[in-house]
Amino acid sequence: MAHGPAEGITRWLYTTNHKDIGTLYLWFSFAMFLTGGFFAMVIRAELFQPGVQLVQPEFFIQMTTMHGLVMVFGAIMPAFVGLANWMIPMMIGAPDMALPRMNNLSFWILPFAFAILISTLFMEGGGPNFGWTFYAPLSTTYAPDSVNYFIFAVHIMGASSIMGSINIIATVMNMRAPGMTYMKMPLFVWTWLITAFLLVAVMPVLAGAVTMMLMDINFGTSFFNAAGGGDPVLFQHVFWFFGHPEVYIIILPAFGVVSQIIPTFSRKPLFGYSSMVYATAAIAFLSFVVWAHHMFTVGMPIAGELYFMYATMLIAVPTGVKVFNWITTMYRGAITYETPMLFCIAFVILFTFGGFTGLMLSVAAADIQYHDTYFVVAHFHYVMVAGAVFSGTAAVYYWLPKWCGRMYDETMGKVQFWLAFIAFNITFMPQHFLGLAGMPRRYADYGLQFADWNMVSSVGAFLYGGAQILFLYNVVRTIMYGEPVKEAKVWEGAEGLEWLVPTPAPYHTFIRPPVVTSSAAGEDEWSISGATPHVAFKAAPGAG
Amino acid sequence: MSEEKYYVPEQSALPIFCATAMGVMAFGAASWVIEGGDAKIFLVGLALMTIVMYKWWSLVIEENMQGLASPQLKHSYVLGMLWFIFSEVMFFAAFFGALFYVRVFVNAWIGGEASVVLFDNTPTDAATANNDILWPGYERQWPVMETPDQAVNGEEAIFKGPDKNMSLPLWEYPASQWFSKLYTLLPWLPLWNTVILLSSSVTVHFAHTALKEGNRNVFLRYLGITVMLGFFFLCLQVAEYYEAYVHYGLTLQSGIYGTTFFMLTGFHGAHVTLGTGMLLIQLIRGLKGHFSHEDQFGFEAASWYWHFVDVVWLGLFIVVYIFG
Repeated sequence: MAHGPAEGITRWLYTTNHKDIGTLYLWFSFAMFLTGGFFAMVIRAELFQPGVQLVQPEFFIQMTTMHGLVMVFGAIMPAFVGLANWMIPMMIGAPDMALPRMNNLSFWILPFAFAILISTLFMEGGGPNFGWTFYAPLSTTYAPDSVNYFIFAVHIMGASSIMGSINIIATVMNMRAPGMTYMKMPLFVWTWLITAFLLVAVMPVLAGAVTMMLMDINFGTSFFNAAGGGDPVLFQHVFWFFGHPEVYIIILPAFGVVSQIIPTFSRKPLFGYSSMVYATAAIAFLSFVVWAHHMFTVGMPIAGELYFMYATMLIAVPTGVKVFNWITTMYRGAITYETPMLFCIAFVILFTFGGFTGLMLSVAAADIQYHDTYFVVAHFHYVMVAGAVFSGTAAVYYWLPKWCGRMYDETMGKVQFWLAFIAFNITFMPQHFLGLAGMPRRYADYGLQFADWNMVSSVGAFLYGGAQILFLYNVVRTIMYGEPVKEAKVWEGAEGLEWLVPTPAPYHTFIRPPVVTSSAAGEDEWSISGATPHVAFKAAPGAG
Repeated sequence: MSEEKYYVPEQSALPIFCATAMGVMAFGAASWVIEGGDAKIFLVGLALMTIVMYKWWSLVIEENMQGLASPQLKHSYVLGMLWFIFSEVMFFAAFFGALFYVRVFVNAWIGGEASVVLFDNTPTDAATANNDILWPGYERQWPVMETPDQAVNGEEAIFKGPDKNMSLPLWEYPASQWFSKLYTLLPWLPLWNTVILLSSSVTVHFAHTALKEGNRNVFLRYLGITVMLGFFFLCLQVAEYYEAYVHYGLTLQSGIYGTTFFMLTGFHGAHVTLGTGMLLIQLIRGLKGHFSHEDQFGFEAASWYWHFVDVVWLGLFIVVYIFG
């Protein structure tokens, strides 16, 4: 095993190092975030005023479709896989990921998949124009030819996800340092283990869904065609059997990040560690049995409507446990408000808000009014952006000093936070009102009564886009010119194996696994050989 | 175990070439299926993929032979294979789920009937309207021999049901005659395919036992028999498909029955092909003396895959053929 990274470009192309691959994932994800963000700006620019000004409706719908696909599959998911790559081996005392070469393969599939996907915009007939949920028959009978490229792009990005998750599962199950029992693992590792399980379970179902589309389009089958005895609604069932766990795939790692950061800046152990683990598992289980709450208006039998309504409401219970635990962790803590903490507090507030609108949407009778309006758009942006993106941003600020050995500019971080927080709410809060007033999603034009709030929303969106440029600038500036940090424990209140290794983290973290001993007080103390002074910490709160 | 170092491989060019091959194959496959397209790009990707796969597996085998794979690394491989098989289970679940949904719900609704009878069997207004307005004349049936399209459009229909289906021949007779008609099962191909595949699961297990006991010749013999059985299965399936297309009028285009029949059995057949290939490679490795009675992961992984394929077949046999 070489001691340092290889020279030149092959370091990145041929790497088997979990930190390099994590970095690749994170940069790729940010590039996709900006791409998807650009699509969002096109959407908001067009919606600034009623009427059709900048783009034609045919192109507008391609923008909403690609915005969703790129953000979900290209920006958010790879961002958390990048964090998993960087942090999981360091958090459990592993030398690297379990299957390092497959790890690199999982990453390099993504640029190809997204190159194919985005290239469809330039093809004859345009790109995917059926929404990110690609309902049949819009995505089959009435789809442009480029849908075939979309289908195969989804296939290979699914393969990437499955390999990536198998790697994470194998790492967590097989690579923990001796003494790192399951219930001592940091919560970020736990949430990722469960997320990886969800991914392995549902990505093949997505592959099945697009395969059925492929066959219907090109080979005359009738999965989604009632004339042959199939049903377009079948598509929605198969898609949402994937799609609902997918939203937890996005949010569970975010829960993990928040559960790492809030204790650090509250200077208290996480409240209710084991209940957090059980709540995560409960959410994952429930995610498999609630899918049709996305389809309340499709004409299901009343028994189905009722079942999916009540099952969906159940999810509020474990989610409530989590929110309760985060708040209780902060309660009477010695809180300081560094940028990562600000993002996490905003996460708790805004995610809870998004959760409540989700609860409103789960009421089948009320959903008939809300369905396919901007209320839904507002709801899922509160959980996707203020949930996943905010926590991802928090994670980058939190671990960046450990990664590159340099401290970010705190003032600039705080400015970015407040800009993002305010702009986010300006963008998406009005969309609740628009939706309740009846404005449908995915249209390039709208009635005059919606004009004011749309203008507000568009202004907010451009401000929010600006906040991301500031974020990029702050990160790049930190990596190049940031104040060097020497302490292994960058944050005073941080606990966990990643804070025992030197800063910046060495290229290969644990040549020998860390050792755990029991202190006089019966608490676990970890030490790493050949490291700086013996540093000890309690393994995981609730474990002792 | 903790004293042994976990083998973290040096940097490798294989993954990015593999990703390139996948990208080229995906792009090529899409341009192939589009009308007027051809397979050139796809084949280039496939060729690249074949080279990469060969190199990659050779490398892993070589590393293993050099003793670089610690028990811990081997356990990673075990986990990797098992979770891969789990993902395959979920892939089939999507198609089995589609079949279930279409048979139980859609078929009833298009036919204007209640789907699952819980409290009373009055069809919902939606189901009645489905039948009255959209597909008048369609009657709930499985296998779907006359599609809704045919019920409405007759000879003009695009989706025409098959003349004959693949279900258990006994269903054509009243229950009282089933016993006397048992002989009709003899030429029923799926039964023979079941026998072949179940036997192959047994023989692969015998091979495994023999290998663990260090009985190399018995191992090779049983593994050889397993590969042959896999090959026979595939031959019979080709014969079945030929029969379906030429004599039964049963094709991918013949409505939802043909759709689910060919997609489920087709994907299963693809997996049998893959499994047979895996076992064949293990046979070649066995002939080269790669395995010992304690180190045999490559073979074990292939045999797990084979058992999985077998279990899927049992599901198919029951759902698609017997109660098809």
